[in-house]
Amino acid sequence: MSILTSYKRVAGLGSAKEGTHHWWMQRLTAIALVPLTIFFVVPFGSNLGAGHDAVVETYTNPWNAVIAILFIITAFYHLMMGLQVVIEDYVHGKAGVVLLIANTLLCWALAIAGVFAVVKIALGA
Amino acid sequence: MADVNRGNRPLSPHATIYRWPLNAIMSILHRITGTAMALGAVLVVWWFLAAATSAEYFATVDGVLTSWIGDLVLFLSLLALSYHLMNGVRHLIWDTGAGFDNESTQQSGIIGLVLAVVIAALLLAATW
Repeated sequence: MSILTSYKRVAGLGSAKEGTHHWWMQRLTAIALVPLTIFFVVPFGSNLGAGHDAVVETYTNPWNAVIAILFIITAFYHLMMGLQVVIEDYVHGKAGVVLLIANTLLCWALAIAGVFAVVKIALGA
Repeated sequence: MADVNRGNRPLSPHATIYRWPLNAIMSILHRITGTAMALGAVLVVWWFLAAATSAEYFATVDGVLTSWIGDLVLFLSLLALSYHLMNGVRHLIWDTGAGFDNESTQQSGIIGLVLAVVIAALLLAATW
C-alpha cells in the first residue's frame, strides 16, 4: 500500500527510487578496492622506471592485466562517487553543476582510456 | 528579552580555538586524500596509455613519473592511498554497527594511523 496521497502518486512525486544506491555502490567498490589496490600497486610500482619491455612483459601476463583492469574500473567509479559528494558539499549553483558534469565525463573517459591501454598492451596489438 | 547579549557570547564550535578531536582530523583527511588521489589516477592512466602507444612515448612519460616531481607526487599518492585504505576499512567496520563508541573510535583511529604508515612502508619496499 502506498503512503502517498492519490494526488502525489498521479503527479509522480515521492522518492526518486534511488534510495541507498549511491551509498551502497561506494561501499561495494570500497570492499573490492581493498585487495585490488594491493595487487595493483605492487606490479605497477615495480614497473615504474623499469623500461617499456618490462612493462609489456608484466601486463601481457593475464593476471596482472585483469587485476589492472578491475582496479581501474573500480577505482574510477569510487573516485567519481567520492568527488561527486565533495562537489555537492562545497560547490553550489551553476559552478557545482558544471563540475558534476565534468567529473562524471572525465572519470568515465579516463577509466575507459586506462582499460583500453591495458588491453592493448596485454594483447600486444 | 532573549537576544540581549547576542554578539558577546562565544560561538561554538569556534574553529580557530577549538581543539580538533582525532576523528575530526581523520574525517577531513579522508576527503583530502581521496580528492588528491585524482591526480595520481590521471598519472596512472597517462602511463598506461603511453605504454600502449610506443616505446619512445613511454620513455618520455615514464621519465616524467620518475622525475623528482613525479616521485614526490607518487610518494604522496602512496601515503594518501595507504591512509585512505586504512581509514576506509574503519568506515566499513563502522557500517556493520561495530566500534562506534567514543573509546573505540579513538583507539581504531590510532591503530589506523599506525597501520597506514606500516602499509605505506611495505608497499614502498615491495615496489622499490
